[in-house]
Amino acid sequence: MTQNRDAADTILTVKDLNLHYSNKQALKDITLSMVRNQVTAFIGPSGCGKSTLLRCFNRMNDLVDNVRIEGSITFEGQEVNTPDMDVISLRRQIGMVFQQSNPFPKSIYENIVYGLRIAGVNDKAVLDEAVERSLKNAAIWDEVKDRLNDSALGLSGGQAQRICIARAIAVNPDIILMDEPCSALDPISTLKIEELIDELKEKYTIIIVTHNMQQAARVSDVTAFFYLGELIEVGETKSIFTNPEKKQTEDYITGRFG
Amino acid sequence: MKTYLKSGEPYVLLTGAGLAVVLIMTMTLIGVVMTNGLGYFWPRELVRYELRDGTVALGELMASEKNPIDGSRRIQIKVSNRDVLGQDFRWIDEKDIASRSVPKDAVLIERKEHGNFVGFLKNVRTEGLVSETAGEPWKQLALARQALLPKLEAIQKLKNSMSGLNYSAERIRLKLLKLEYNGRQQNAAAIAELTTDRESLMTRFNTLNDQVNTLQNDLSRFKAEFSDASGAAKDVALTEIVRIQRPNVMSLFEKAAAYAGRIRELLLDDPRESNTEGGLFPAIFGTVMMVLLMSVFSLPFGVIAAVYLREYAKDGMLTRMVRIAVNNLAGVPSIVYGVFGLGFFVYGIGGSLDKLFFPERYPTPTFGTGGILWSSLTLALLTVPVVIIATEEALASIPRGIREGSLALGATKFQTLIKILLPMATPGIMTGLVLSMARAAGEVAPLMIVGVVKLAPTLPFDGHFPFFHMDRKFMHLGFHIYDVGFQSPNVEAAKPMVYVTTMLLIAIVIIASSLAIHLRTKMRKRYITSNF
Repeated sequence: MTQNRDAADTILTVKDLNLHYSNKQALKDITLSMVRNQVTAFIGPSGCGKSTLLRCFNRMNDLVDNVRIEGSITFEGQEVNTPDMDVISLRRQIGMVFQQSNPFPKSIYENIVYGLRIAGVNDKAVLDEAVERSLKNAAIWDEVKDRLNDSALGLSGGQAQRICIARAIAVNPDIILMDEPCSALDPISTLKIEELIDELKEKYTIIIVTHNMQQAARVSDVTAFFYLGELIEVGETKSIFTNPEKKQTEDYITGRFG
Repeated sequence: MKTYLKSGEPYVLLTGAGLAVVLIMTMTLIGVVMTNGLGYFWPRELVRYELRDGTVALGELMASEKNPIDGSRRIQIKVSNRDVLGQDFRWIDEKDIASRSVPKDAVLIERKEHGNFVGFLKNVRTEGLVSETAGEPWKQLALARQALLPKLEAIQKLKNSMSGLNYSAERIRLKLLKLEYNGRQQNAAAIAELTTDRESLMTRFNTLNDQVNTLQNDLSRFKAEFSDASGAAKDVALTEIVRIQRPNVMSLFEKAAAYAGRIRELLLDDPRESNTEGGLFPAIFGTVMMVLLMSVFSLPFGVIAAVYLREYAKDGMLTRMVRIAVNNLAGVPSIVYGVFGLGFFVYGIGGSLDKLFFPERYPTPTFGTGGILWSSLTLALLTVPVVIIATEEALASIPRGIREGSLALGATKFQTLIKILLPMATPGIMTGLVLSMARAAGEVAPLMIVGVVKLAPTLPFDGHFPFFHMDRKFMHLGFHIYDVGFQSPNVEAAKPMVYVTTMLLIAIVIIASSLAIHLRTKMRKRYITSNF
């Protein structure tokens, strides 16, 4: 594993992480760290544990029964995996965008401010500003600025996904986790979101799971390749894709399996 | 043939046929109830039958039957005049009829007592009531009744004052009971004061009562003279007349007006004559108020229980047993709920309330007897399983992505519930409400034990504080059907009333369900997610 990063810039570290679903082990001895303001991509065949790892970061695996996690995940120096960790504030700092866009059955405005309202912010001026800022940062402001009070359910797939991204950034997280955000979208919308990721990384750290290798190559700075629950190789995207160290990585990238 | 069966199409047709059968059955039931119920109020013409043995019968044709053995027909006439003839209805064989005619001046009177009267108007005695003479007795009668109206209103005003005085006196009596219970010595002054107050109220009451009696006696001397079908004379006091018509000369418009008037009386007036005549207003009011109260109790409990079962309870043996228990509750016979309500609510909680708050009224129970509160609670128990099951289904059908999306933004489970999940589940909860209202409106057996009566003197809601009187007994349309159909002294007269009451009950359930379904449709439009 090649790591040429300044330790002080590290925002999220994973050390010897093991995860079991009932009796099946889904993640084996994962050790990895992610640097601020970079896009890290997790690639690998289906079922290799990339989404599971992603969901560990904001404790979304708590929603699943019979999950046992051992090892340490450190976010900004704090251990994520302890009962002491305030999961609510953790999730505000680590936001998530899902594979299937899930706008709430409310207006677009209410969707964006949802995260702020549940945090207790109800000042209309603050909310209005947050809506404009998030929608602009999500590159969808021009399309919806005239219909903020319309239902969010009337949007197309690509627009809905960008609303979900805007919703995630409205609470000003440090990290945005994206779980295959474009797999349900057409190529044009996918392109728009990839451009968006490029802009977003200036303010946020992004970790994206994708099984589209070309997307990983286009979008990410660092790529990590997973196979059957193990981290096979991680490094700068350029070198992973042109000059991978492990044979398994090379096989996957060239399409011999997966 | 085999391929036709294999293709599955016959089974689709079979399901369509099943649905059609159900619809036809429902329509037939409603149709029978409607025609018999609604047809009852249309004014029928009065026919005069001269029989071969010389007697005369005057009345409305109600039904006809054919004797299956010899083919002869017989007809049923409502001859009314119960106080003269002994019974309202009479069967006459067609072969006994010599001739029939439709006399133009035959009169039908609805009276306050003894049912209807049919006959011919001879004269009206109105000295002192009306100064002018109109020549014709019929017009004179109309003038007399017109002049009577303000006097009757004055009497009614006095009666209303009397009932107000009575109510106040009763409250003072209860206060006195309480003071005496707390200690005769220390409250002697208050007791004395209240006793004098009560006495003065009763004196005023008695004065008004005397006034009312004098006025009524005075008015009862105005009579109209009639002769019945056989020519015998009969006097009817003008105050006894509720409605008087000459059905054989009424135009279509007048008949429609009479019909509308009787429908209005049905919906707004109190019942008369052992519930076989008059209106159904107290029963309608009691049914609606009980269904509303029941919804107020069952909805919150049902929704909260369902939320707990689905969102917070851990998936273990205990949760599964609770769910089985809830599903089984929906199958318990309703009379069992009635008995439980009697024991637990009426005697248990009601008895304790009486001991704690109204010990001075012993042995008269206040809450320790049936009433609208206990009836609503018993029926709420009956319908809570329905609401729980409907809410659980509604919550389960919300896509997982919405839940995860909310939690990923830093919401607690509770916030997600309140802000997103429960609003989305509202259409399903409305379904539960509709089902529970429909079921509860038709239950009679448990109500008979916990608070419904044949005739209630007061409504459970009136203008006196505290406005909602939860301890009062009430009337109910379902019980009314049973009472009028099976317990009434005059079965023939009661039959139409049974149809009418059934029709009203069905109408109320349809209206309530339609309202709830309309609400549900509006909400569904808002919450349907497009991401499937």
